[in-house]
Amino acid sequence: MSANGNGKRLHTISVLVEDKPGVLTRVAGLFAARGFNIDSLAVGPTAEPGLSRMTIVVQVDRKPLEQVVKQLNKLINVIKIVELEPGEAVERELMLVKVRAEGETRARVLEICDVFRVRVLDVTHKTLTIEGTGTPEKLQALLELLRDFGIVELARTGRIALARGDAGIRDRGRRLKAVGEREAE
Amino acid sequence: MKVTGAQALFMALEREGVEIVFGIPGGAILPAYDPLIDSKIRHVLCRHEQGAGHAAEGYAWATGKVGVAMATSGPGGCNLVTPLADAKMDSVPIVAITGQVPTPVVGNDAFQEADITGITMPITKHNFLVKDANELVETIRAAFHIARTGRPGPVLVDIPKDVQLQEITWRWPEEVDLPGYKPTTKGNLKQVREAVKLILASERPVLYVGGGVIKADAAKELYRLAVDGRLPVVTTLMARGAFPDDHELALGMPGMHGCYAAVTAMQKADLLIALGARFDDRVTGQLSTFAPEAKVIHVDIDPAEIGKNRAADVPIVGDAKDVIVKLHAELKRRQEEIGGPPDRSAWLATLERWKREHPLRYEQPSDGPIKPQFAIQRLYEHAKDAIVVSGVGQHQMWASQFWRFSEPRTWINSGGLGTMGFAIPAALGAAAGRPDKRVIAIDGDGCFQMTAQELATSTTERIPFITAVINNAHLGMVRQWQELFYEERYSQVYLSHEVPDYAKLAEAYGCVGLRAEHPEDVDAVIEKALSVTDRSVVIDFRCDPREMVFPMVPAGASNDDIILGPEQIKPTKDPSEAPVA
Ligand SMILES: Cc1ncc(C[n+]2csc(CCOP(=O)(O)OP(=O)(O)O)c2C)c(N)n1
Ligand SMILES: [Mg+2]
Repeated sequence: MSANGNGKRLHTISVLVEDKPGVLTRVAGLFAARGFNIDSLAVGPTAEPGLSRMTIVVQVDRKPLEQVVKQLNKLINVIKIVELEPGEAVERELMLVKVRAEGETRARVLEICDVFRVRVLDVTHKTLTIEGTGTPEKLQALLELLRDFGIVELARTGRIALARGDAGIRDRGRRLKAVGEREAE
Repeated sequence: MKVTGAQALFMALEREGVEIVFGIPGGAILPAYDPLIDSKIRHVLCRHEQGAGHAAEGYAWATGKVGVAMATSGPGGCNLVTPLADAKMDSVPIVAITGQVPTPVVGNDAFQEADITGITMPITKHNFLVKDANELVETIRAAFHIARTGRPGPVLVDIPKDVQLQEITWRWPEEVDLPGYKPTTKGNLKQVREAVKLILASERPVLYVGGGVIKADAAKELYRLAVDGRLPVVTTLMARGAFPDDHELALGMPGMHGCYAAVTAMQKADLLIALGARFDDRVTGQLSTFAPEAKVIHVDIDPAEIGKNRAADVPIVGDAKDVIVKLHAELKRRQEEIGGPPDRSAWLATLERWKREHPLRYEQPSDGPIKPQFAIQRLYEHAKDAIVVSGVGQHQMWASQFWRFSEPRTWINSGGLGTMGFAIPAALGAAAGRPDKRVIAIDGDGCFQMTAQELATSTTERIPFITAVINNAHLGMVRQWQELFYEERYSQVYLSHEVPDYAKLAEAYGCVGLRAEHPEDVDAVIEKALSVTDRSVVIDFRCDPREMVFPMVPAGASNDDIILGPEQIKPTKDPSEAPVA
């Protein structure tokens, strides 16, 4: 979990949505309309047919986050929202990075890959394309090192996350709700 | 039974209890206009889709039922944008049905194609593009359910032409399947008990009543709560009529142009009981100095409103009627235990004094031009039980201030979006929905010219109402801001008293056109207007362009700095964060 100068913090929220046309636009549009930047957003199907999960990382204060979550809850296609606290969730991200690796630098790049336990997917005379999986922090550290060699391109999936423990988002996940709504149940 | 999508649409609308649809046909909605001929549903042919949209809103405001507007693809749908945004801001339940180009060419920039679901996504509560007629009926069902339940709002259903023509087997779904939509309507009893504790401990409580109380049809319940608890009441612009203005506990409207007693009562209160109100900036003024000593009980059906602008000490999510009934029962029970409401005679006496010492005021010189307030007050005296619809601007504020409301759903206006041009089509919709009532649009000369074409609709469809044009020859509210905050540098606010000739224009539309130029004409003209019942009437009240709306809390200022009249004006600048009316 990183923080920036404004006291804003990165929050990971997991949103279970109906897989309907436009649902991504609705969610993304809501963030835009309320003036929030999305750090990353990953969408994919869940084990239940017709439902998708979005994992959204945003950098905001607690109060505006609550407001956005309440607004998200109002979207008809949103079924459930949980915030995944850093210690209580497993988080992963996948990235593909093409890095310059000619001559004697190649061995150094391969050495870094070894240390980070990441795989090389494609090799040319001039570059290596590397698959990195891990926590966002680990990938960030890897990128810092690779940057010295020259990054040709980079693609990242954005973070996905699941709460630790037995419960799924449907049964027990701490749903983020209005104070009053919480009382109301 | 085999039917086309278009037939199924009207069968579904009938099932939903729709009696009237406001709309304009066109290419992509043509198939739907055919089964309309055989339907029980009445179609009111408007002259502009914006008119159809606001008419649907006026109908919904006046009746509490869902209003329906219909339009073709592209320009038709685009013309509905303003009413949809208006309905979103003011939580008005309407369903808009639009034609769309056939599914095979959707996305192809076909003739009259516009991505109306994309365009209206942020200004509807929800919208649908129906790609298969087999989903049409359940979509209509869902649209009405979403529009009328929870926090009400506008829903758009976009139906491509080929879907309207597709043949399906008719089936009415008993259930609406919306797994992500479960509004909380029942207030939590533990929270209600907490709220009542605060009420009983409060020395200076105020019931801050918003539009949610009207939407929930909870005026009677509110009355019992206020009277049995001896709780003074302010009714916001959205809630005028939720509590009778003539009651001793009524303080009138709060906010930017609110009454001194209402504004100051909130400022000095030690408890605000917000019922279906949203702490809008027009009510709170500068938020950091708003009601500094007050604890807050916030009742709203929309959890996102609670704590949005002002933190709540006791939040209660639920339908206003349900919660008010529970509050009342619990308060009564506790008061019986302790022998009645706490003694708040000092507070009530102070409020009484504020009302007496700082009433709304204006002066009507007998030889001078008509003051807008005078025209409105005389209208009220002649037609107390009318439904009043207003446009946006000074006349709106005066109408809200000087009409003495006693019943819910007798005041209809554009609050959140502030849409000029709302009044005439909304009056049309209200008159269509309440033929038993006299409907009076109190409109500005600027507003009138934005949607006056619906007077033609009123004549041809025989839906009469009265329009009182408060003709001050100006975009008056903007003029007022320029006078106060831009050193009287008037920029693009002059319209003209004579152009158009409102009385002649009325006659051209088949209405009766009347004019009052002097204060002594006013009563006679109003009586004449009220004697006409078979046609619409337009009264051109030639009013004083210089009159300003007071009291006023300048945008961004603290409610403590309320200005009661022109003599208290200090030169100030237009604060950057403050939008014009
Ligand atoms: C569609 C629209 N355009 C512009 C405005 C900004 N505006 C607010 S009040 C007003 C003047 C309204 O003039 P009029 O209808 O004559 O009413 P008055 O204030 O003179 O009573 C204007 C231009 C608005 N609210 N809505
Ligand atoms: Mg005017």
